[in-house]
Amino acid sequence: MRLGAQRRLLTGWGRGTATGADVVIPVDRAMVEAAASEVPARGVLARGLGRSYGDAAQNAGGRVLDMTSLQGVHEFSPDSGLLTASSGLVLHDLMQRVVPLGWFPHVTPGTRQVTLGGALAADIHGKNHHRDGSWANGVRSFELVTPDGDGQPVTQQVTREDSPEVFRATLGGMGLTGIVTQQTLQLQQIPSSRLVVDTERARDLDDLLARMTDHDDDYRFSVAWIDCLARGAQLGRSVLTRGDWAQPDDLPVDQINSPHGFNSAPLLTAPPWAPSGLLNPLTVSAFNELWFRLAPTHRTGEIQSIGAFFHPLDSIRDWNRIYGRAGFLQYQFVVPFGAEDVLRTIVEILAGLRIASFLAVLKRFGPGNDALLSFPMPGWTLALDIPLGDDRLEATLRHFDHLVAEAGGRIYLAKDSCLTPGLLPVMYPKLDRWRSIQTDLDPHGVLTSDLNRRLDLTGRGAAR
Amino acid sequence: MRDALGNMRRVLVLGGDSDIGNAIAAEAVRQRGVDHVILAARDPERLTDRVDQLTSLGAQVDTVAFDLTDYDAHGLLFERLASQYGDLDLVVLAAAILGDQHRAEHDPAHLREMLEVDFVAAAGVGMAAARALEAQGTGTLLVLSTIAALQARRTNFVYGAAKAGLDAFAQGLSDMVDGSGARVLVVRPGFVHSKMTTGLDEAPFAQTPNEVAAAAIAALGRSRTVVHTSGPVAAVGKVLQALPRPAVRKLPR
Repeated sequence: MRLGAQRRLLTGWGRGTATGADVVIPVDRAMVEAAASEVPARGVLARGLGRSYGDAAQNAGGRVLDMTSLQGVHEFSPDSGLLTASSGLVLHDLMQRVVPLGWFPHVTPGTRQVTLGGALAADIHGKNHHRDGSWANGVRSFELVTPDGDGQPVTQQVTREDSPEVFRATLGGMGLTGIVTQQTLQLQQIPSSRLVVDTERARDLDDLLARMTDHDDDYRFSVAWIDCLARGAQLGRSVLTRGDWAQPDDLPVDQINSPHGFNSAPLLTAPPWAPSGLLNPLTVSAFNELWFRLAPTHRTGEIQSIGAFFHPLDSIRDWNRIYGRAGFLQYQFVVPFGAEDVLRTIVEILAGLRIASFLAVLKRFGPGNDALLSFPMPGWTLALDIPLGDDRLEATLRHFDHLVAEAGGRIYLAKDSCLTPGLLPVMYPKLDRWRSIQTDLDPHGVLTSDLNRRLDLTGRGAAR
Repeated sequence: MRDALGNMRRVLVLGGDSDIGNAIAAEAVRQRGVDHVILAARDPERLTDRVDQLTSLGAQVDTVAFDLTDYDAHGLLFERLASQYGDLDLVVLAAAILGDQHRAEHDPAHLREMLEVDFVAAAGVGMAAARALEAQGTGTLLVLSTIAALQARRTNFVYGAAKAGLDAFAQGLSDMVDGSGARVLVVRPGFVHSKMTTGLDEAPFAQTPNEVAAAAIAALGRSRTVVHTSGPVAAVGKVLQALPRPAVRKLPR
């Protein structure tokens, strides 16, 4: 079959390492199967909107399937909230269709600009993790295309009940167990498209952790924004926002007639010419100071839209450009409860070095799931953006990697762009189990990515 | 696979006995996380000291026999290395001879040898390397040029002419691979103290191979195609290019 591949430079959202791949835009499942069977020398990978920060959705010199071309909704029941859609469907578009009907995805990350396929591959999480778990918890079944031994593609329907191993390996499997063409999801019913939000300031890290430990479970959604440049007595000062869906009765008069209204178009586009040094300790700490001062000390019952509460950065299109040419990286780790000292040490080091970072996000995870490479585990997860170009970054992050690994925590692969292979089995203790299932599904190692080349996830060394 | 901090895994040095080539490999091991160096040279048995030196920095070092002027072998070398070891993150094209200007003016065989090694054969293997990195979708070809390529001088114009050819060729290669994920970087040092220049009079702003290597590795983190290895070297290059012919003619070495 003619695939019409075109060489394109691809990067992650952090724009750190561009590599070239032969991009195929599949028009239907048959073309996905063809692309997975006529094996190119450097393998195949499916890509969504490229919102993973590092190299997870890149395949240098190989073939990349741009799945955003397949975004149909095949089935939806407004009574049960069961939805079957193609993997290229973007969360934004899904919300536009189902929110007015009173439904919402089981999980939303900090942006609506992700595909269902990417969400599944990274087993993404959101502000409701402590209550509802991650993406995997809302997946009922999916369709998986795998390249089998004879170069013939195999398409299988995967459910938790009938193929638990494939299910557990593919959710969070970073796209390396096959190409997910469609998913059946259980959506959550929502009483309105607004949220009732409580906001409070925490004066330091201890104050914040205590507030989250004591009252997170009273809310469906919870997240804290930490000022990583504040030092001394203010170390870890933060703004904590928590909320739940608003009942129609909670809504102001002008919204009461359309409780499920949804309208969130981007307001601005970041300019493509931002200089690399725009975000420096001075500008960022000024921003953080202003942001902290403007936050209310304590405010309850504020009504916010889905966009304002979940996806504030979506209002600025291409916001990743503001880091300039050099790009940036995101560092996200989780440490289990009891390892609060590690969290504190890392925040202290960041504040001491004044490595410019916009507000870091702290979230208290609930129980993890049984997906083998799933990131969340019970504990604290911190995510921060760091501009590239500071010479101290490498030693600092290597130090953090070790602190996190020793504490029994891990790095989020969907964000990672600089972990080293040695720590991977320590952070992901079920890696061996995952590798053996992965090998069954892809005996010739056709599925690969730059992330896989860098970290040797599949354990096949230099192959492909 | 390169990471977001610029760390690499594997480096190939074409001209495995070159001082500058080895210094760049060593700097990549020290500064950029490289843990595998492949040295390609006509006579790998002569590389024992080079191998020991790089091994002592903690890298795995392999050698491969490679004849620069065997044009049919250029492409095969990269096929073989890819299947044997995997991806190359950095290829350093450091194979060169300084030659003897005076001899080249009287011995056509030597004239031809200088032009062939420093330009024709280097261009051939450079093309093969660029094609291999293009197929890989990632990786950098670092071509060692010189500011002597900027101006033909009475005392070393054969070498300078060959390097001028290679310099222009490499810039063309960088355009050829643009958009493929691969990259070509042209590095122009000034006078370098090395075994190649032993016995020559030192030129102003001379550097050691380690200084050249540090500048070359630093340039990997920036987006320019052509870099000089120090500010003064860049300035000398500009002056050389601006001088009128009669002035160039009077230049000492």
